[in-house]
Amino acid sequence: MAVTAPPRSPGSAEAPPPGAGVFGGPGGDTPIRPRSFNAVDAWVLVASIGSSFALIWVIFRLMPISGAVGFLFWWFVSFAFIYWLAMLQLEGPLVAKDRLMAVLIVTGTGILIVPLVSIIVFVTAKGIAYIRPHVFVQTNNLCGQLDGPTCGGIAHAIVGTLEQVAIAMVISVPLAVLCAVYLNEIGGPLRRPVRLFVDAMSGVPSIVAGLFIYAVVVVSLGWGFSGFAAALALSILMLPTVTRTSEEVLRLVPDGLREGSLALGGYEWRTVWNVVLPTARSGLITAVILGVARAVGETAPVLLTAFGAQVMNGNPFHGPQESLPLFIWTYVRFNPGEAPYLRAWMASFVLIVLVLGLFTLARVLGTRTSIERRQKRAAKRDAKRAAAEPGGARA
Amino acid sequence: MTTTEQDLSAGMNGGPSGSGGMRAERVSAWFGTHKVLEQVTLDMPAGKVTALIGPSGCGKSTFIRILNRMHELVPGAQLSGQVFLDGTDIYSPEVRPIETRRKVGMVFQKPNPFPAMSVYDNVLSGLKLSGMKPANPDALVEDSLTRAGLWREVRNRLEDPGGGLSGGQQQRLCIARSLAVSPEVLLMDEPCSALDPSSTRRIEETIGEIVHEVTVVIVTHNMQQAQRISDLCAFFNVDEGSPGGIVEIGPTTKIFNDPDDPRTADYVHGRFG
Repeated sequence: MAVTAPPRSPGSAEAPPPGAGVFGGPGGDTPIRPRSFNAVDAWVLVASIGSSFALIWVIFRLMPISGAVGFLFWWFVSFAFIYWLAMLQLEGPLVAKDRLMAVLIVTGTGILIVPLVSIIVFVTAKGIAYIRPHVFVQTNNLCGQLDGPTCGGIAHAIVGTLEQVAIAMVISVPLAVLCAVYLNEIGGPLRRPVRLFVDAMSGVPSIVAGLFIYAVVVVSLGWGFSGFAAALALSILMLPTVTRTSEEVLRLVPDGLREGSLALGGYEWRTVWNVVLPTARSGLITAVILGVARAVGETAPVLLTAFGAQVMNGNPFHGPQESLPLFIWTYVRFNPGEAPYLRAWMASFVLIVLVLGLFTLARVLGTRTSIERRQKRAAKRDAKRAAAEPGGARA
Repeated sequence: MTTTEQDLSAGMNGGPSGSGGMRAERVSAWFGTHKVLEQVTLDMPAGKVTALIGPSGCGKSTFIRILNRMHELVPGAQLSGQVFLDGTDIYSPEVRPIETRRKVGMVFQKPNPFPAMSVYDNVLSGLKLSGMKPANPDALVEDSLTRAGLWREVRNRLEDPGGGLSGGQQQRLCIARSLAVSPEVLLMDEPCSALDPSSTRRIEETIGEIVHEVTVVIVTHNMQQAQRISDLCAFFNVDEGSPGGIVEIGPTTKIFNDPDDPRTADYVHGRFG
């Protein structure tokens, strides 16, 4: 357990004796690291955990109480108290308080991480066993509703999800970034209403967004079910998320950079394009990731707009299309029985891996900065120059 | 360093003394309804270093930002009066603010190289941002960095990010960036206040080298610096509850050795402010 370490009081064992120079004076050059966590600290921690366990175990034995949750809770409380007492004895009140807070914070972090990790572990454990090559190339058209995961594949759902999310990104990301630029860089009397509207949009339930597109695009315009209609519904959901996150990110760009650019005689739009947006680049990528995360797992709007299909439909502009969440929902919803559930687990695992892959890709693309591209160009330039003037090292 | 009376009077008459001469006439400034600058009239003759000195809050920075139309970027900022660059009022309606800012460059108190650009791109950024393409970018980069006294230190690190340089180097990079668009005037708003003495000395040397081609107007709180580098000095002052303004203008030697106004003498000798 990585506990943040306490401040070392000058009187403790490793500290140099008073009077010796801390920074390399005679006798004082044993390196110490303030607030480090050493073997003694580890023993105190282990002893506190053990003694508190023993204490609570005895109490639970003697008293007519039981229950795992209660046991864990009281174990933690007594551990924190015993640990604090021990540190109080060993290092004094300041260190004891610091350690106590460290214990609370690490525990809190652990409690938050547990659900996240257990979701991933659970889905992986359930789904990974059914990943076979045929899953990625076959569709569902040969399988009955009660067939298990060994039959057919989810290629049609993967293609559907990728196409719908990609189209939704193409629609919503430029709009959202433009909107964020308007809110933060341009402003004007419409800033407040626009911000209010964006906030209101982020509260739209996803099924309402789906119904809206269903009513307008699928029925009224008569386009029918299609992946594109699903992408439109997903765009409605992504737009406010990406806009607000981008706006926050743009707000972090120091005003000094905008002033510097304008003071050079720069156009305002070039200031935004060449200075503000590149500076905010990695944050903007985070904004896009958050938007995709919002869209990729949506089921209801996709059901109402793309409808779902059992066969491959590579054309997002015509005909019903499947998506991964829709596939999962279908098999959990309509098929009581073990075998169809397994197909849903398998698709869930693929969905998680897909999302993870997209995020990794975005991060990798995000960290490859324009400076690196520039460096490559410069290397070429230098090579050209070296060829032009033989022996010409730049002086 | 000494300016003859002739030079000075030529400037005072507002005659075009070469390219890059500036003259502010009865410039006042407001933030909202709060008046911060009262009727400032000042000549900044071409090829000279004009230093603006005075206590904090007396409107020096506001004044310098009026000289390249940066003041109006602050919401609620207003101004009156006229500012001439080579005899043209930069606030007349037919002058584009972008043109003015290209001719009147500015270096800020805090170095602000663009972090998403390399050293090389930072130098060329002014051209890029104003939509121009340099004929020979490599030569322009080398020339600008040389004039800013930075070339020898960064010639092998041209592709490193601009933010990776030391504070003093970043500030000289900002100077190089401003020089690359060949301005006629360079405004400097306390360019050395965040720098150590040796970086400060390098920047002062740079100012001494570029002033033959570029008019320099510098705000400084460092009296020794004003004495070392400037030809002319304008002492700004502010009284409680009233807008700031100029107390005394003159050749630097006169301002520091024999000022007319007792407040100037008190300030330059460190008795207040």
